[in-house]
Amino acid sequence: MQEFFFNLTWLIPLFPLLAFVIIILFTTQNRKLSHSISIAAISLSWLIGWGVVFSAFATPHLGEHPIQMTVPWFPTASTTFDIGIWIDPLMAVTLFMVPFVCLMIFIYSVGYMGYGTEEVDPHYSRFFAYIALFACGMLGLVVSENLLTLFISWEIMGLCSYLLIGFWFEKNYPDPNKITPREAGLKAFLVTKVGDLFLLLGILYLYSQAGSLSYADTFFNPELLHRLATTPALPIFGGWSAASVIAMLMFGGAVGKSAQFPLHVWLPDAMEGPTPVSALIHAATMVSAGVFLVARIFPLLNVVVELEHHNPTMGVIAFIGAFTALFSSIIAVAQNDIKGVLAFSTISQLGYMIAALGIGAYVAGTFHLVTHAFFKALLFMGSGSVIIGCHHEQDMMELGGLKKKMPRTFWTFVAGGFALSGFPIITAGFWSKDEILAHAWHEFLHQGVISWPFFVWLLLTIAAFLTAFYTARQISLTFLGKPRSHHAEHAHETPNTMTIPLILLAFFALTLGFAGIPEEIIGHGNNFFHHFVGHEYAATPLSVPVMLLSAALAVGGLGLGWLVYGRNPLAHGEMDPLERGMQKIKLGWFYEAMRNKFYFDELYQATFIQGSLKLADIFYKIDNRWIIDPIINLVGRAGVALAKFSSFLDSRFVDGAVNWTGKVVTVLSRLYRLFDIRVVNAIVDLVGHLTQRAGGKLRSIQTGRVQNYLMLVLITVLMMLGLYLVYLS
Amino acid sequence: MPVSLDWYLIVAAALFCIGLYGVLSRRNAIGILMGIELMLNAVNINLVAFWRYLSPSTSTGQVFAIFAFTVAAAEAAVGLALIIAIYRSRDTVIIEDIDLLKE
Repeated sequence: MQEFFFNLTWLIPLFPLLAFVIIILFTTQNRKLSHSISIAAISLSWLIGWGVVFSAFATPHLGEHPIQMTVPWFPTASTTFDIGIWIDPLMAVTLFMVPFVCLMIFIYSVGYMGYGTEEVDPHYSRFFAYIALFACGMLGLVVSENLLTLFISWEIMGLCSYLLIGFWFEKNYPDPNKITPREAGLKAFLVTKVGDLFLLLGILYLYSQAGSLSYADTFFNPELLHRLATTPALPIFGGWSAASVIAMLMFGGAVGKSAQFPLHVWLPDAMEGPTPVSALIHAATMVSAGVFLVARIFPLLNVVVELEHHNPTMGVIAFIGAFTALFSSIIAVAQNDIKGVLAFSTISQLGYMIAALGIGAYVAGTFHLVTHAFFKALLFMGSGSVIIGCHHEQDMMELGGLKKKMPRTFWTFVAGGFALSGFPIITAGFWSKDEILAHAWHEFLHQGVISWPFFVWLLLTIAAFLTAFYTARQISLTFLGKPRSHHAEHAHETPNTMTIPLILLAFFALTLGFAGIPEEIIGHGNNFFHHFVGHEYAATPLSVPVMLLSAALAVGGLGLGWLVYGRNPLAHGEMDPLERGMQKIKLGWFYEAMRNKFYFDELYQATFIQGSLKLADIFYKIDNRWIIDPIINLVGRAGVALAKFSSFLDSRFVDGAVNWTGKVVTVLSRLYRLFDIRVVNAIVDLVGHLTQRAGGKLRSIQTGRVQNYLMLVLITVLMMLGLYLVYLS
Repeated sequence: MPVSLDWYLIVAAALFCIGLYGVLSRRNAIGILMGIELMLNAVNINLVAFWRYLSPSTSTGQVFAIFAFTVAAAEAAVGLALIIAIYRSRDTVIIEDIDLLKE
């Protein structure tokens, strides 16, 4: 049975690809058929995927002996690239999450894109084709056996991200400063490309060192890892080992894809896409690809830590993760767009995972990756349900009082929100987040206060409190109190295609954490997740103070948020109490900065965008003003001067001789004149006349259209070829 | 049945002709650009096929193909930029309306 599923693994990414091809080529006119094909494809992927996952769970020692199946893809002169699948615990747990969340979102999209209503999207079928292609990319990334196919899948997702963020490309806003979907798609594509370039460089460097890109030959090859960690890289990297340079370059790719500081700017604007896209790509799956990549290269990081004690690689990763986590949770507190809060919350949670991997908490980081995908997809879909229920009103200040009107959305949103803030015991977020904090605490006790783990622990703990606070703020503003606008007043619950996926996801958001309860609580060997994913790494010991603290922070943050926003619901047009409070203690400017995302968009606009434009301008000037044109002008002037000089010579010396000759010729020519008029003129007239007539005929060929000219060229070439062949034979 | 070199050459020739037909017959400038891409790809198929069948021990053919599609990418970028520039100044991408060469 296990063999059966493992042998089918290669089909998982192919079903959605097939769906994409069929929909885009044949069925765009038929909405029902299009979404059926798409959902059927992802269902098949999900069934086989979970078959593989549970078979993997049942396979002993999968960690030491991952399953590899390959077929040769294309040979080069010295090596052959393979295409294939790789089944190991990391792949299995990610595959548990991806197809299921995709399936839920596909079903949800039927309702969201307005199937069966008069508001149905004009490009409805195309949407399902794109999300199917996206699923192909993500599933391909998860099952792929080497970095080449991983990179290809990675880029497929980048493309889908661009297409789906800009899905409503016709949309324009009256406010010219508000980013349009078109621009947001472009921004996401360009910003993530910066990271992709680093990833590609990392892959190339690894290939040049290892001569292969398959996981078995690289990350699971202790010999090579050891060699990489002991070879110094090129001198420009300042004495770092090849391993750490490769790891840093690949981490650059993860920074772009997972929207970590300083490449986080694209994700908030990606919310311009339809909400299922936000849930699918910018919360649950694609952004996890970056974290997945860092988890993949973890053996490389591990060997760097072991062999080079003072190498900053892990420190950089931990710092970027922790800083991003705190930084974006601060921004999330001041956002009023219901999806904006969730966007920053996503960036922040991804920061948690990156920071966890940066301090060596492999298991905790992967665990959070899986649980987060479920509850963040749930939250996004909940917010999408609110948006549809309230006729596309997204400003939380205009919502309120939806608890009674949209009960299913409300309760599932609360489940997701509590999981996000890590509400003790009954939510998945609590167990996964707690494990990260516990690991940081444990490492900090080991390494002392002046160390990365302490820094990570401190930042993540503050971020955990803020997370709970903004979640309570969001729930209170959206669902509690009284409706603050006409749209919220007339809200209605969304159709079953939208609410049933919410309920299923809510189930996992609450219960998934039980797979990874620390062994101190449930007995040795019962921590399933740790046992399966990371038994080669030491388990994080349970730390009661940390657990109590994080529980207290979660409950405290939620409570404080409720006290500020929930107990006295805002009236319409009232100022945010937090803003009022901060203005009172002269911190209004800081709130303003938070609301404006600490002005990073403006900063990048002023530096990179303006910089590129300036550079283009300089090149333009080099061409037109400074170098090329002046040279041409100089040559021109020299020519004119030369011509004037010649004309001077002409009039002085040549003219006299010419005049004399002229007189002789005049006499002669009179004689000729007769002959001329009678004989030559007649012939010339005839020639002229013929030419004119021929020209009149040929004029029709000169149309000014390049295509016609090309056609002439083609005919000529064919004729010459024909002649050549005739005479050759 | 092993696939012989001829098959690849036939496919490439067919692709080339389709591309050429597109270049000569499309009214839309973007269609013409796509035709050019097809022709370039036909060349690539030839390069790779000849490499595979005649000198698989060296990577010349592959490298040549990579050069060809790098050039093709640059060509597409420049071509699209030109089309956008033409669209901005003449408000059309229909090639029959663009006959400045006549003057």
